[in-house]
Amino acid sequence: MSTDHVGTLQPAAMPASEHERPTAPHKLELIGVGKEFRTKRATTQALHDINLTISDGEFVSIIGRSGCGKTTLLRALAGLLSPTEGRILVEGRSLWKDSKVDASVVSQLGVVFQDANLFPWYSVADNIALPLRLRGDDKDQRRERAHELAELVGLKGFEKSYPRELSGGMRQRVAIARALSTRPKLLLMDEPFGALDALTRERMNLELQRIALATGATVVFVTHDITEAVFLGDRVVQLTPRPGRISEIRTVGFDRPRHIDVQTGPEFGTIVRQLRHALDGQE
Amino acid sequence: MSRDKFEKWLPWLSTPLILALFFLLWDTFVRVNNMSELVLPRPATVLTSLGEIVRSPDTWQHARVTATETIGGFLIALGCGITVGAVLGKVRWMERSLRPMIVASQVVPKVALIPLFVIWFGFGMTSKVIMSAMLAFFPIMLNVQLGVRSVDAGQRDVMRALNAGRWQTFKHLELKSTMPYVFAGMEVGIVFAIIGTIVGEYLGGSEGLGYLVVRTLNELDAPALFAVIILLSVLGLLLYFVVNGLKRFFIPWHESVYSQHDVNA
Repeated sequence: MSTDHVGTLQPAAMPASEHERPTAPHKLELIGVGKEFRTKRATTQALHDINLTISDGEFVSIIGRSGCGKTTLLRALAGLLSPTEGRILVEGRSLWKDSKVDASVVSQLGVVFQDANLFPWYSVADNIALPLRLRGDDKDQRRERAHELAELVGLKGFEKSYPRELSGGMRQRVAIARALSTRPKLLLMDEPFGALDALTRERMNLELQRIALATGATVVFVTHDITEAVFLGDRVVQLTPRPGRISEIRTVGFDRPRHIDVQTGPEFGTIVRQLRHALDGQE
Repeated sequence: MSRDKFEKWLPWLSTPLILALFFLLWDTFVRVNNMSELVLPRPATVLTSLGEIVRSPDTWQHARVTATETIGGFLIALGCGITVGAVLGKVRWMERSLRPMIVASQVVPKVALIPLFVIWFGFGMTSKVIMSAMLAFFPIMLNVQLGVRSVDAGQRDVMRALNAGRWQTFKHLELKSTMPYVFAGMEVGIVFAIIGTIVGEYLGGSEGLGYLVVRTLNELDAPALFAVIILLSVLGLLLYFVVNGLKRFFIPWHESVYSQHDVNA
């Protein structure tokens, strides 16, 4: 466990990992990212000057009140919404060229949404392997990978089931497996457990931690649940609304994997409390 | 027997019972009121008449004509309905510019056009096929239009995040999620197609079960009239079950197909 596990305030542009591993290429780099929504009546600045650097294997949680632009940020990262300012680099390569996505960069990403968004006409295995099918992998490869991933996310034996036969938590597992199927360099998650009940959610958090470590995935995890953000994240990025900008980046020093009991410890409580105060102060 | 299983078999038990009760009431009603069989024949008389009609090869010729007209009209409606519905669902400006015409043409009592069709296309099968196609077209077209627009935004995001091409998005998402709407339209459409055919046969021509209805009416042969109506119902049921069977085959994953009882969760 690192010595400063309570965390320190850091300027957004200078994350801790920068001086620790100066030569490693950053997994994800956001430079001055901004997003404006223009309508006839008004212009809304959804994101303003977002600077963030994420290194390989890191788990970064992004928290903020609803409407603070965290989903906008994730959609920009996922290649679904073009930012109006700044650059997003995945392993040094620009994701957006003007307002068009670079397909070869997008293919390095895996996205999990709040809703599982499974295709009810496909079995679990076919849902998991859909990205592989789109990319043109052959049937045997797809089947093998689907089995592998079903096992990874704890759905072994459910490969032939259909989404309607699964519970909400199981569907979200399928969505995670689908996002992982192409072995993405970066896993983007937008409140993936937001629609689940508290107990299932807690279990899914543990599962996600295990899966992230097993795959060595770099994860950007958007949530409005502070406890979840602190439990999962190596760092917690806090956004403030209107315009959405980074107000604080908090390093959470507990080693991963973390035991569920970490949550009841005093240090964990302190971090959560401080983040909550900071969020409340935004009113 | 479990509750679920019981509910599955219930219709097979209840339907014959209700039918039997219906015929019993019917028979009692005729006997108690001492009604003339010219007005309301007793079920037994209808059954005898049905037996005679079924044995006549003439009847099967008429049934074949009606079935051909209905299926022909339905298939035309299906092709046109899917094409027009998909185009109108996809191309906004076209839908907007055509909407008043579409609403207007729906309000027009299309059955009233049959005499015109008879003038243009004669007393043969063509006028009936057109009538049945016209009636079946609208429910199919409207459902397809709705289906094309109802593709889930979240599922679209998935395809976009996977950088799927236009054809891939169509094949894996748009086509599949429109299918339930196509079948919903088909289920209504086939019923409308039969109505179109029969009304067409009422008004002109010398073939088909609809014509047989008119002929038995003119002969004041009430039992035969009832028997033909029964035949028509059977034809309608058969066609509906074919469409329903196709639906079960093509979209077994849809909630209108799998009953709640199959769900494990």
